[in-house]
Amino acid sequence: MPQPIVRFTDVTKRYGNLTVLNNLNLDVEAGEKVAIIGPSGSGKSTLLRALMTLEDIDEGIITVDDEPLTHMPARDGRLVRANARHQRKVRGKIGMVFQSFNLFPHMSALQNVMEAPVQVLGLDRKEARERACELLDMVGLGEKHDHYPSQLSGGQQQRVAIARALAMRPKVMLFDEVTSALDPELCGEVLSVIRRLGAEHSLTMLMVTHQMGFAREFADRICFFHQGRIHEQGTPAELFGNPREDRTRCFLSAVNEAQ
Amino acid sequence: MTVQVTFWGSLLAIVSAIVAALGRLSSVPALRWLAITYIEVFRGTSLLVQLFWLYFVLPMPPFNIEMSAFAVAILGLGLHIGAYGAEVMRGAIRSVAKGQYEACQALNMSPFKRFYRIVLPQALLAAIPPGTNLLIELLKNTSLVSLITLSDLAFRARQLDQATFMTLEIFALTLLLYFLLAQVINLGMRMLERRLSRGRMQGGLS
Repeated sequence: MPQPIVRFTDVTKRYGNLTVLNNLNLDVEAGEKVAIIGPSGSGKSTLLRALMTLEDIDEGIITVDDEPLTHMPARDGRLVRANARHQRKVRGKIGMVFQSFNLFPHMSALQNVMEAPVQVLGLDRKEARERACELLDMVGLGEKHDHYPSQLSGGQQQRVAIARALAMRPKVMLFDEVTSALDPELCGEVLSVIRRLGAEHSLTMLMVTHQMGFAREFADRICFFHQGRIHEQGTPAELFGNPREDRTRCFLSAVNEAQ
Repeated sequence: MTVQVTFWGSLLAIVSAIVAALGRLSSVPALRWLAITYIEVFRGTSLLVQLFWLYFVLPMPPFNIEMSAFAVAILGLGLHIGAYGAEVMRGAIRSVAKGQYEACQALNMSPFKRFYRIVLPQALLAAIPPGTNLLIELLKNTSLVSLITLSDLAFRARQLDQATFMTLEIFALTLLLYFLLAQVINLGMRMLERRLSRGRMQGGLS
């Protein structure tokens, strides 16, 4: 049995009185594609943001590749809260794509993708440029290297954002509702990039999505979130075809009605 | 003299504005208070009195700090306008979208790189219109340095006036010279703005 690449152990996150993640446990195997679905406010995005260290967790521990992300071993061997430097070290294995793209508006597509490899990994510019060109080609933007984000459509911007995250060669990619800000006809081009990525690489992927059809065909496992916990999980066939829990059934039929 | 004081004063003003704005936004209380003290002291008191302090009071005991009139002029004007600029920069830095910070973190950038490479270029763009105002203000305030013995443009004009009594011509020319210098600042800032806004949509915030 291989060690999971990402492990959440009894993770709790609160905002004041509101508990967003409630004693959450989740193991993700290397190479696994996990789709996270559920009603809004159920903690789906918080899970990804906690893994990206954009949110501090209140209790529990998250490990990536057997290394604690939120904690680090103190001199006496006990685990204490991780400091910024430790988080920086472990965080490098994770990449994230956001709902609102968050491209750097003052840089061209190519510069956006080159920036972190040069500034963070210390690649020389030539190597970084080659890597960036390859990735932009892969996401189908070979012609748009010198375009600025404001000159690109939403779908194109999101594909640049995917290339930008991949340029750091993460082991785990997080997709946080990456098509929610897009017009329906632009969703397809982004989803097909993700699909190809899944087919060609052994990348581990976690995605929060409302695209049930995509989740169904793409993911190895579906996690249904409710009230800060994984309420039900299983293969797409199990979860969509024969949900065990009332709450899951209720959610799925509500989504079906809307679509 | 006016040009030199304006140039070096502007540089000092920009640097101190950025540093003070960062201090003001820092999570370290001591830095925050240091920045607030600087901003309020230099913004809340008269520039002329500040110049007198630097030039006439500091050389006396117990301070015993003696500086040339030129250095005092740059320091006084730069720090004075920098205090105003700090608040402009603070607003500009805060106008940079939160998503930009999150993207930097997801790409594992250090706080320094994040500021220098991502936040500052966007903040500077937002700070240019009010910043241009402040630098022109600095230029015009240089006329005060004649009171600490520097012979700037305004001082020379008065000297010439007393020697020749061509009052109208001399002061008309002085006015024109200040105006032209202000246009140089204007032009420089426009060029900077154009450079920083490459690829940006007008009014685009993201």
